Amino acid sequence: MNEFDLDQSKIRDFNAALHNPSKATDQSTWKVTNTKGRHAIAVGINSALNLQIDGHVGYYCAGMNQKANVTINGHCGAGVAENMMSGTVTVKGNASQYAGATAHGGLLIIEGDASSRCGISMKGIDIVVKGNIGHMSAFMAQTGRLVVCGDAGDALGDSLYEARLYVRGKVASLGADCIEKPMKEEHKTELKELLERANITDINVEEFHRYGSARTLYNFNIDNVGSY
Amino acid sequence: MCGIVGLFSKSNKIESQLGHYLSEMLLEMTERGPDSAGIAVYRNPTDNGHTKLTVLCPKDDYNWKKVSTDLSHHYDGEVAFEVRGNQATFIVPGSEEGISNWFNQTHPELMLISSGSTIEIYKATGLPTRVIEKFNIRELTGTHALGHTRMATESAVTTHHSHPFSTGEDICLVHNGSLSNHNRLRRILSKKGIVFHTDNDSEVAAGYIASRLLQGDDLDQALEAALHDLDGFYTFAVGTKDGFAVMRDPIACKPAIIAETEDWVAMSSEYRAISVLPGAKDATTWEPEPSKIYSWKH
Repeated sequence: MNEFDLDQSKIRDFNAALHNPSKATDQSTWKVTNTKGRHAIAVGINSALNLQIDGHVGYYCAGMNQKANVTINGHCGAGVAENMMSGTVTVKGNASQYAGATAHGGLLIIEGDASSRCGISMKGIDIVVKGNIGHMSAFMAQTGRLVVCGDAGDALGDSLYEARLYVRGKVASLGADCIEKPMKEEHKTELKELLERANITDINVEEFHRYGSARTLYNFNIDNVGSY
Repeated sequence: MCGIVGLFSKSNKIESQLGHYLSEMLLEMTERGPDSAGIAVYRNPTDNGHTKLTVLCPKDDYNWKKVSTDLSHHYDGEVAFEVRGNQATFIVPGSEEGISNWFNQTHPELMLISSGSTIEIYKATGLPTRVIEKFNIRELTGTHALGHTRMATESAVTTHHSHPFSTGEDICLVHNGSLSNHNRLRRILSKKGIVFHTDNDSEVAAGYIASRLLQGDDLDQALEAALHDLDGFYTFAVGTKDGFAVMRDPIACKPAIIAETEDWVAMSSEYRAISVLPGAKDATTWEPEPSKIYSWKH
């Protein structure tokens, strides 16, 4: 176990250790304490390590993550797992604005609520939120899946491309070009698999509604459907 | 960008260290606002029929004793005063009415920055650490306090343009964001008798709230009206004699977080400013929703 106390070490040194290929080996275990809302913790990891973050974190925690499995035992500031490429980031508390923004891959699990702009411009990430999400979530979301077990705020999926949105509770309002779509068997299967990956076993997929793009705002071409 | 902080005591546990905790919070917001910093603290209420004034002089080593004597003559009674840095707080036996004009006429070099029964405001250009030392903020006791670190975006970097702004008795406001209709609002409010000292947008927000309170609104009603009349981006923290409120605009671009324990409520632009408080780790912590007013009262 590699342990860092951010009252004793600089975040820069901690992040550098996480980037050091001789230390940050696959399956190595890491723990960081006294995070106290500090910014840019565990940004840019590029190996399949396991990291436990004890405490609340500031902006951009676990941004650009590749391969790593990161658990945050606390709340997150803005931009958790921003631009994540792969791996898993689990937030035990609430997340602030633009969680998982522009992320290309991996899985982001938020066990509490997420604030506004959750999954903004997502490009392939899967996001599962056990609580509610705020306004303007999945704005211009291009691909990937966003699952919300609670309610969604105003203007969900505004200017949406091909991301698929599943919401169990109420949606305050849909954004431009976002519409409700039928839940087919393939969607139920996909949703069930996502919930299982987030360790959610007590919620029935039948309770969800699916939302997607009406495809009137952008030049959707059916010939290119395979690339989405 | 700017940093705002607020700390409101619910029990009396932190009142004796209010200035210390507010200073710690303000220091965490240094990077968000290195241009100037300021605080408003609610402390030591005056006796009935007395008014507390905080006055600022651009020069250090000012002859405050002379002002005290002049105020004694003006009010025909004993005046108490306390000096902090280049500012002084006066307790005068009388109402606030006309005192701003009196300062303009008799001491044009001075600026009245707050008045009421409990409020005191201290502010200056420079880093929070400088401002905290200059005014000895750490030793201040009180029931609630607000703080601001400024990164100027729309008007000059001077002490007068620094937050907190007070435009009414015991009212003050700190702001992170920018208002787009402040010039028009300033004209409207000026006609109603609200006096502005700068071209700063946040001062207009403080003036707007003061104007609503004067019309008989309570703080929640004043903020509700502000949601309709103020155009722009904002997270506000507002203090009154016995109240504290937080509100974000309908888009909620500007960050804010609130934490609450049995002993205190705190708000800040970022969690790290709250992390310095006793019991922060186990506090109920949440992000305020857009267009929603959060308020507390003693």
